Amino acid sequence: MSNLKKIRNEFILKLKGKLDLTEINQIKSDLFGKSGLISSQFKKIGTIVESERKKFASDLNLIKDELQDLINLKTDEVENAEINKKLDKEKIDITLPERPFVRGKIHPVSQTIDEISSIFSEIGFSVEEGPDVENEYNNFTALNTPDNHPARDMHDTFYLDEKKQKLLRTHTSPVQIRTMLKDKPPFKIIAPGRTYRSDSDQTHAPMFHQVEGLHIDKNINMGHLKGCLNYLIKEFFEVDKIKMRFRPSHFPFTEPSAEVDIGYEIKDGKIIIGEGNQWLEILGCGMVHPNVLKNVKVDPIKFQGYAFGIGIDRLAMLKYGINDLRAFFDCDYRWLNHFGFDPLDVPTNYRGLSR
Amino acid sequence: MKITFDWLQDHLKTNFKEKHLLEQLTNIGLEVESVGSLSADNETFKIAKIIKTEKHPNADRLKICDVDVGEKEFKKVVCGAANAREGLITIYAPPGSTIPKTKTKLVVAKIRGVTSYGMLCSESELNLSDESDGITELSNKFKKSIGKNFFSKSKSNLIDLSITPNRPDCLGFRGIARDLAASGFGKLLELKEKKIKSSTKQTLKVKINKEKNQGCTAFGSCLITNVKNTESPQWLKNKLISVGQKPISAIVDITNYVMLDINRPLHAYDADRIEKGIIVRNSNSGEKFSALDNKEYKLEKDMCVISDQKGVLGLGGIIGGTRSATELDTKNILLESAYFKPRSIRNTSKKLNLDTDAKFRFERGIDPSSIEVGLNKAGLLIQEICGGEISKIDIQKIETHKVQIVKFDTNLFEKISGFKISAKEMIKILGDLGFKCKKEKKYLRLTVPSWRPDISQEIDIVEELVRISGFDKIKIIAPIKERTKSTLTQTQKLFHFLQRAIASKGYLEAITWSFTNPNYNDYFKETNKEIKIINPISSELGVLRNSIFSNLIMYISKNLDRGFKDLSIFEIGPVFFGSSPGEQTTVVCGLSAGKKSRLSWIDKERNIDVFDVKRDVVQTLIEAGYNSDKFFIDDKTPNYYHPGKSGRIFLNKDNDQVAAYFGEIHPNILKKIDIKTDTLIGFEIFFENLKFSKKTLNDQKSKFTTSDFQKSERDFAFLVNKDVKAQDLINAISSVDQKLVSNIKVFDVYEGENIPDNQKSIAINLTIQSSEKTLEDSDLEKINKLIIETVVNKTGAKIRS
Repeated sequence: MSNLKKIRNEFILKLKGKLDLTEINQIKSDLFGKSGLISSQFKKIGTIVESERKKFASDLNLIKDELQDLINLKTDEVENAEINKKLDKEKIDITLPERPFVRGKIHPVSQTIDEISSIFSEIGFSVEEGPDVENEYNNFTALNTPDNHPARDMHDTFYLDEKKQKLLRTHTSPVQIRTMLKDKPPFKIIAPGRTYRSDSDQTHAPMFHQVEGLHIDKNINMGHLKGCLNYLIKEFFEVDKIKMRFRPSHFPFTEPSAEVDIGYEIKDGKIIIGEGNQWLEILGCGMVHPNVLKNVKVDPIKFQGYAFGIGIDRLAMLKYGINDLRAFFDCDYRWLNHFGFDPLDVPTNYRGLSR
Repeated sequence: MKITFDWLQDHLKTNFKEKHLLEQLTNIGLEVESVGSLSADNETFKIAKIIKTEKHPNADRLKICDVDVGEKEFKKVVCGAANAREGLITIYAPPGSTIPKTKTKLVVAKIRGVTSYGMLCSESELNLSDESDGITELSNKFKKSIGKNFFSKSKSNLIDLSITPNRPDCLGFRGIARDLAASGFGKLLELKEKKIKSSTKQTLKVKINKEKNQGCTAFGSCLITNVKNTESPQWLKNKLISVGQKPISAIVDITNYVMLDINRPLHAYDADRIEKGIIVRNSNSGEKFSALDNKEYKLEKDMCVISDQKGVLGLGGIIGGTRSATELDTKNILLESAYFKPRSIRNTSKKLNLDTDAKFRFERGIDPSSIEVGLNKAGLLIQEICGGEISKIDIQKIETHKVQIVKFDTNLFEKISGFKISAKEMIKILGDLGFKCKKEKKYLRLTVPSWRPDISQEIDIVEELVRISGFDKIKIIAPIKERTKSTLTQTQKLFHFLQRAIASKGYLEAITWSFTNPNYNDYFKETNKEIKIINPISSELGVLRNSIFSNLIMYISKNLDRGFKDLSIFEIGPVFFGSSPGEQTTVVCGLSAGKKSRLSWIDKERNIDVFDVKRDVVQTLIEAGYNSDKFFIDDKTPNYYHPGKSGRIFLNKDNDQVAAYFGEIHPNILKKIDIKTDTLIGFEIFFENLKFSKKTLNDQKSKFTTSDFQKSERDFAFLVNKDVKAQDLINAISSVDQKLVSNIKVFDVYEGENIPDNQKSIAINLTIQSSEKTLEDSDLEKINKLIIETVVNKTGAKIRS
């Protein structure tokens, strides 16, 4: 048996035995170290007679590769065994709780305002705002509700001065006035915001939210008003069909005026919008009164259009099944957590209003 | 306005049922607020006969009665009335019925140990009269009716209508009937108006003073002498009771009846108590007057009063006085039917804070042409029921009612409503509503009926036509999905961004009142002036908030009391610095209370601290697009923050507007509010002080560059005086060479052993990297030296290592 074969057989036997990393390294060094057995064989190649040299070199390379592979394999095996041994010791109880996190929430009124803005964005309305403190003129007189008009009794007003010139706005309608005074028609706006009335009981809060809508152009009629509200209600409640009823009513700043009811029923304690035989009042609207247009220097012969005012809190209550209006402003941690929305749930046109 | 279908049918002939009535009323704008079950209740009251009485074993004044209510068995009823006796025919209310006066629902109950099945009723309990002494005594004529309903006549429900302020005419049955008839619900019955035929003159002189601001323009009256005021006949009582009014005496009942029937308020004076004629005049300042509500009013100047030689008899159109009130023994009465100006009525009633039914009607506008109709109707009824002689009608006028004419362009209807009806149809509707119509080419020349003070221009006519034709005729025009202007402005976008950015840091969004408790507000108002609400719902909500903290701290305290310990809440909304429109600014305000990692198995628990909240604020500002490299922070904060543990942020050093405050709430405030928490940290971001760039997100992205040359990290520890701020050190270092030095981090702050008393050590780690080449050791050494030199020069620091 040639010397090469002897070396091969001896080391294959060794490598098949139980070895640790040090022992493997020793074998490596014995074979491939500077004066290792294989390394020395390579040095010998030059001395071999030419006729046998080729074969010798080829045999040597084969054996070298074989042993090298075997060593690598063995190293892997031993290393893996060691890692596995370590892993066995590192077993933790993964059911222990994660590090605590806190979750913030968006108030349902804010979410509802965003939903409404998103809906109106689609049909070209932009958002306007106005101050919470208003003067008597913008809140009443300019809206065709002069002093001593009984319609003023419909609004229990908070005043800030004895002369009753400054007040907390009782509706978002003064934003109509501000917008129309500031710009030129056409107007196509919504104005969400805080509103105030000095009554307070189970169903009334001294502060609540409204969204005003105003669309003034050359030929905007009651059909457009109906279409707009029909679209709003359908989109908002995310239902395919709704039942809507316009009832004649009276607001000094619109004529003709209407209150709008939507059909609903209660199923298993939950309110279902769009079905059933019961009616629920949700908003007031009408064609902007020519007197109002005159007050803001818009020619009522050339321009006309509609306005509406909706209770935002009311809409939120209906959509999300909230019973008590007062709870909106009570800041109860449990309530905010329960009815609040994840800040990442931004109502958008492309993604839809809710998940 | 409370109505019944029964009464309505005095004016309206219709084949429709009450169910349809309710629908139709709502459809034409006379909103049905509620439908009372008065008739259902009424049907429970039975005519009954007491068969036997015996003394209650446990109460001297109570009796146990066996009552025949027309059923097989007698009912046992415990009764306390003295007049409860065998054989008496009276009215029985079974368990389950509701007593009209007290609105209490009867139940089977034990009275002193004896079970009573229902109740025998007094007249007062049934709202029949004020007679509460004993149970109702019915005459023997009712013998055959035992077991039948007592209120057999009223079959219709009590319908409560919400009449809008523009429709005074619908404060009377006639007006409602007219609207219904116009809408096709039946036919308006013609009134057979009887007129007073008399040869005697009205002898009490009436004069309306012609003076500025005179609130009365016409005063009609007649005298009825030798009357015998009495209880009203049953039909009249029933009518009033059916709409929830209490019968009083024939004269009062008749005036009320006429008022309800045709919306014509009247007033009856005891003529013998009027001293030499009536003068309608403006009041003098300080004049006193005792009104029928048993209150004395001190009048201001220029209120419209009805007076005589002795003084004020009544406030015209609002309330009568006790001096000339009619009583049961009144012999001669003066009946008034006048027109008062809405403005005057409203002014007076507002000033005196006085609200009456008459006032409610006059301030909305009474039909000026109904003066005579009212006198005829009421005068003749009084004569019929109370006897006596009636005088001619006297009418004093200082102004005549102007007839309103509207020239109506029929095209306007479709232009506004979006649907079409023919001119013929328009004329029919308007005619039914009482308009006189004359067709002139494309116009209608309309004479507005005197009872419609709300109609003065074309749009009012459109409203009438739409209302009566029905809103359901309006066709839906779907909106066009097109946007020409962006929905939100930059400011509004920023508002929404901040709102959600803060919420994403674990804060719950709250919405609290814009007003607040003045005591709490005081803690946070600083130099702002207090803005009082003149008429708050309670003193605890008496001022507009100068800061959101006052409400948030109150509510966080409530939540802590509920047992929650770790809370973060915020609100974004207005705070006020003046009482004029626009004197408000938007603030994002938050509070965090409690601990981090409370009861955690893995992390050590600790109080929430200023640096937690600082992170929330700074991170939010960075997310909103502001460059934190430019932030400048100092420690000058309002007094409600802990003076040593609070700060304010400017977006850059040259900016004089505070972007945000953050810090611990001052311990004194916590003590005063008695808030139970380990720690309370707050922040305020002043929305309107944030300058927002007009750049789009696209523009904001600068060119993307990185360096792959070797970078090297260096640590420095500086010894500085305690008053030197970390920010000063960082600023000094970053001033060295911003191209080479980056990622400056404070990784340790140390005071104590081995450090002089007034000094501290700040350790800083930073990265040095060039974007042009791999730096040589000598380059690095140069920068190191430069950094140390700069810091030493600028802050007086010493290098430790």
